[in-house]
Amino acid sequence: MTTKKPKSAPRTPMPEQPAALRRTNFSEVALGYDLSMAMAEASRCLQCKKPACVQGCPVEVNIKDFVGHLARGDVVAAFQAIKETNSLPAVCGRVCPQENQCEGSCILGKKGQPVAIGRLERFVADEFAARSACEELTGQPECVVTRDELRAACIGSGPSSLTVAGYLASRGVKVTVYEALHELGGVLTYGIPEFRLPKAVVRREIAALTQSGVTFVTNWVGGKTFTIPELFERGDKAVFIGVGAGLPRFLNIPGESLIGVFSANEYLTRVNLGRAYAFPEYDTPIFPGRRVAVLGGGNVAMDAARTALRLGAEEVRLVYRRSKEEMPARAEELHHAIEEGVILECLCGPVAFLGDERGYLTGMTVQRMCLGEPDESGRCRPCPIEGDTALLPCDLAVVAVGTGPNPVLLSATPGLEKNRRGYVVVNEETGETSIENVFAGGDIVTGSATVILAMGAGRRAAKEIARRLLAHA
Amino acid sequence: MPTTILAKRRLIPGKTSELVLDAPHIAAKARPGNFLILRVADKGERIPLTIADVDPEKGTVTIVYLVLGKTTAHLETLEAGDAILDVCGPLGAPTHIEKTGTVVCVGGGTGIAAMHHIAKGHHRAGNHVVAVIGARTKDLLLFHDELSAFCPEVLVTTDDGSLGRKGLVTEALRDRLASDQAVSEVVAVGPVPMMRAVAETTRPFGVKTTVSVNSIMVDGIGMCGACRVTVGGKVRFACVDGPEFDGHQVDFGELCARLGAFRDQERLSLEKFHECRCHDHKKA
Repeated sequence: MTTKKPKSAPRTPMPEQPAALRRTNFSEVALGYDLSMAMAEASRCLQCKKPACVQGCPVEVNIKDFVGHLARGDVVAAFQAIKETNSLPAVCGRVCPQENQCEGSCILGKKGQPVAIGRLERFVADEFAARSACEELTGQPECVVTRDELRAACIGSGPSSLTVAGYLASRGVKVTVYEALHELGGVLTYGIPEFRLPKAVVRREIAALTQSGVTFVTNWVGGKTFTIPELFERGDKAVFIGVGAGLPRFLNIPGESLIGVFSANEYLTRVNLGRAYAFPEYDTPIFPGRRVAVLGGGNVAMDAARTALRLGAEEVRLVYRRSKEEMPARAEELHHAIEEGVILECLCGPVAFLGDERGYLTGMTVQRMCLGEPDESGRCRPCPIEGDTALLPCDLAVVAVGTGPNPVLLSATPGLEKNRRGYVVVNEETGETSIENVFAGGDIVTGSATVILAMGAGRRAAKEIARRLLAHA
Repeated sequence: MPTTILAKRRLIPGKTSELVLDAPHIAAKARPGNFLILRVADKGERIPLTIADVDPEKGTVTIVYLVLGKTTAHLETLEAGDAILDVCGPLGAPTHIEKTGTVVCVGGGTGIAAMHHIAKGHHRAGNHVVAVIGARTKDLLLFHDELSAFCPEVLVTTDDGSLGRKGLVTEALRDRLASDQAVSEVVAVGPVPMMRAVAETTRPFGVKTTVSVNSIMVDGIGMCGACRVTVGGKVRFACVDGPEFDGHQVDFGELCARLGAFRDQERLSLEKFHECRCHDHKKA
């Protein structure tokens, strides 16, 4: 007779705003654990001898230890354990696709539900919202003193650069981060909406980096306001390129310049960076859509669709060429979107945008698809069903079909090797580009990926930069 | 870091002013044709403005704006010594300038200031620069003296004939082209209808015509495509591929329609700004 192992307890649920309420506001959907919930969840952890979860984390957070401390209610020790390797825990706890990372590797997931590592990381980081990061880490009100002769620069202030800056600063390197926009954070600020990642959380993580000696410069555009050789002339010993993949792709179909057709980047930048949801208190306007079509099936498409609902759209459709199963968005995001009322229009490819005589969008012609054989990506290829087209009325369309590498910095940097698709080529071990002491990581190397993968790439490059700088110091 | 306004000159009172900004890092890099993006204050929007002049030695850049909406109305309340919260640049591709002979630079309205920097660039490259500038009436004419300082010919037109020739810049341009076969390029900066009319005027002459398009922008660094414009059937981003394009290839109808996309919100924003200020005055 075989004895069945008792199934572990289910994970502690996360309180969240009900769908009917949250679709009327931009406040965060997931509300976070309190201490007793966090301790209950942390005590589900088996404290494995060889924890698989740590290998699943691109920035190698010591998950076993931090969860162990938390299970005993020692939040300070848990914070110190996380901060050793992760400079943005409040961000990671919210936006990482943990199901593919740490939680995907958790042994409990084999028989039941994995430990909610992301939620626990978020809880710990949020507990320190009002405290001084330096004091909690070092017991000193002032953090590590950076050494002026050890200087490095990061171009872009998104997750990869922030990781590099945090790592180097904690080892005494004086880091300057240059950002082209007026606000820091890259995609964390202009891309991911407030209801998934409150901007106050991003600002807090950046404030902690400032405290540890990182200098931030806004409104400086790499390739325009300054060039990479000029950074070396000014005394930087290493440069990290973390400029992301911010060039929007369009569909190149007729009518794409009609009023009411937006790239997801423009739509989300207006709302998130410009706070257009609070127009006219804030000056940046947003185009009001009554019937909205969002084209694409990734996380950016989910963010745009859920944003349109919150801006008062009566009807929001996600128009996607393949079926629901192939959507690249996180299951949780898709689930949230459907809960809030987003309508899925799958197996449906846009053919043309239609407009009125004044140039305003009135609808789209779409081609119905069926699924064929799997293509190179392993996903089934969408095939048009001959003659099966339909008219989809809409007054706002958001194109969320991916991005490419922005040419502004790259074209101003001679000698920088790029691949066929225009992304920067790096040594996979060190993150170094074809130019000595110039490193790169994140979406400008891989194309659009995730926050945590960008941070992993930043960490890899930062280790090499620190090794070189400190070897000569 | 906020950018300090070193000097303000009211060119047309209440309507158009010139600001000299303390921005050495931009002044060191700015070339004719570049623009900058600014945000006046917290909660403000980003707007693009062409760089009208630079002085790399003094570390200054000059901008000229027309009071049109909330942001420029707010800008108009600032004085020398005040600061602008965010100034970012220089942006856009610089004007293609080489020594080709005679270049005619046409400017209308605030576009005259934007054209000034381009004309100066052509002059420095050794070209014979003919400036053609127009306004409704002589009091609204900008940069007449500045252009006269280096342009051997400044042709002026006013709608009412109060200065120079009575009529439109395109009439002066047509006559100039008809009398001189040697013009290598025409550059036009101004309102869309004016740039379109210039392109139609030069087309029969077959003269290369460059226009500086003024589409709506958000980031100004190629991230969003708000500024996209169709040139020769292809979609281009004015902020990185432009803002200057071949005037004979630009789809002006589309550009004009897209410029009106946010008209209702722009009106609302300006009304609210005036109400607030009116309220402040009452309190004071």
